[in-house]
Amino acid sequence: MSNTPADRKYAKSHEWVFEAGDGVVAVGISDYAQDSLGDITYVQLPNVGDALAVGEVFGVVESVKAASDLYAPVSGEVVAVNDALDSTPENVNQDPYGEGWIMKLKLADAADLDGLLDADGYTAENS
Amino acid sequence: MSELQRTPLHAFHVAHAGRMVDFAGWDMPVQYKSIIEEHKAVRTTAGLFDVSHMGEVDVSGPGALAFLNRLVTNDVSKLYPGRVLYSPMCQPDGGAVDDLLVYHRGEEDYLVVINASNIAKDLAWMRQQAEGFDVTITDRSDDYALIAVQGPRAETILQSLTGAKLGILRYYHFLEGTVAGVQCVISRTGYTGEDGFELYHAAADAPALAEALMTAGEPHGLQLAGLGARDSLRLEAGYPLYGHELEHDLSPIAAGLGWTVKFKKEGGFTGDEALAAEKSDPSRRRVVFFRTGDRRIVRAGADVLNAAGEVIGRVLSGTLSPLLGEAIGSALVPATAADQELSVDIRGTKFTLHLVKPPFVELKKSS
Repeated sequence: MSNTPADRKYAKSHEWVFEAGDGVVAVGISDYAQDSLGDITYVQLPNVGDALAVGEVFGVVESVKAASDLYAPVSGEVVAVNDALDSTPENVNQDPYGEGWIMKLKLADAADLDGLLDADGYTAENS
Repeated sequence: MSELQRTPLHAFHVAHAGRMVDFAGWDMPVQYKSIIEEHKAVRTTAGLFDVSHMGEVDVSGPGALAFLNRLVTNDVSKLYPGRVLYSPMCQPDGGAVDDLLVYHRGEEDYLVVINASNIAKDLAWMRQQAEGFDVTITDRSDDYALIAVQGPRAETILQSLTGAKLGILRYYHFLEGTVAGVQCVISRTGYTGEDGFELYHAAADAPALAEALMTAGEPHGLQLAGLGARDSLRLEAGYPLYGHELEHDLSPIAAGLGWTVKFKKEGGFTGDEALAAEKSDPSRRRVVFFRTGDRRIVRAGADVLNAAGEVIGRVLSGTLSPLLGEAIGSALVPATAADQELSVDIRGTKFTLHLVKPPFVELKKSS
């Protein structure tokens, strides 16, 4: 059974969004997504300063099985990326909501958050 | 889509949370917890694999040796009872029908082990090739289950369950004995590059044998390992997989398996003329193994480019070596290109292929 914490929102494309305050959100992939992908071997991160639109491809998660695109769940500017994933991509498997975070975005439009699912909605999508 | 076939250990896999996938028409565990962890367990302690989907064929009769020696490229006449031989078998044009193991059990009595994906094709081919030989070919694939225990602790684990003297059993040799009370052909072979054993036994005994091995192996770090780890282990060891490095249009000469092709053996063999011609052809293709120095996996089917950016070959297998932390793989290129700069493009970034003579990691096979 996948872990889907209620303190964040989810995109149908399996990214989570956590409001860190000051209009900045952290983004990663869900426990369900990391479990479906299997052993994650590489995460291609965006660049700090990239401006992303909703649904835009911002990176790639590779597992032994396949390479999967990552889609921006909200629009905004990349203000931080999790460089530690370059050497320890398995953090996405082991701690998808913590050490496995992928990037932080300065929200361009807080209304984008309304287009995301809550934990129950996301769980219902994937059951 | 027809129903997937199941090995006698199917319920065992499900009970141990195996992630089941369709492999060549079989419902098999690709992993239990993690491909990378299972891979590392085999290199450091031990792993248990269900390979019951492999095919087993009895070949017996006065013409068995002559038939087999004509059928395969390696020299079966060098075998003696208790000895195992690896060999490709080829079409007249030199392309591979399959690669297989031959077990010499006794006078006029051999067991041939073939790939699961090729069972029907191989049986038809063998029966067709048997014309004129006094030989009986019997498909025993459903009768046998096959469990592999691989890794540096494999001998210790297995020895705790058998009176057979494993210490004197050499690599590519086998003996018959009981393991946890189950009658087995105990073969010191495997597909991981580690020391280890393959246990052929009656299908009905498989669940009890698997449980006994897991119980005995637990204190030694034995882990269940799926097909995902089996593939990354064999690639790290540089072993060919039929359908990748060896194919109906890809000969053992191209695959770098020239050591298994015995042109001088008595009576010749199917494909010998084509393989000899290929061997002396400077424009032939060749399978090479590479590492990239980067973690991004180079996937099977990717184009291989020369210095001018032209497509001159393709990737046959690719994975991340869990031990090196680096992408490794194999590719098919013109033999003349093997000493030139080769590269692949992954999502717009060029990676140079550094050619390696496998194995990619130091292996500790028994000798």
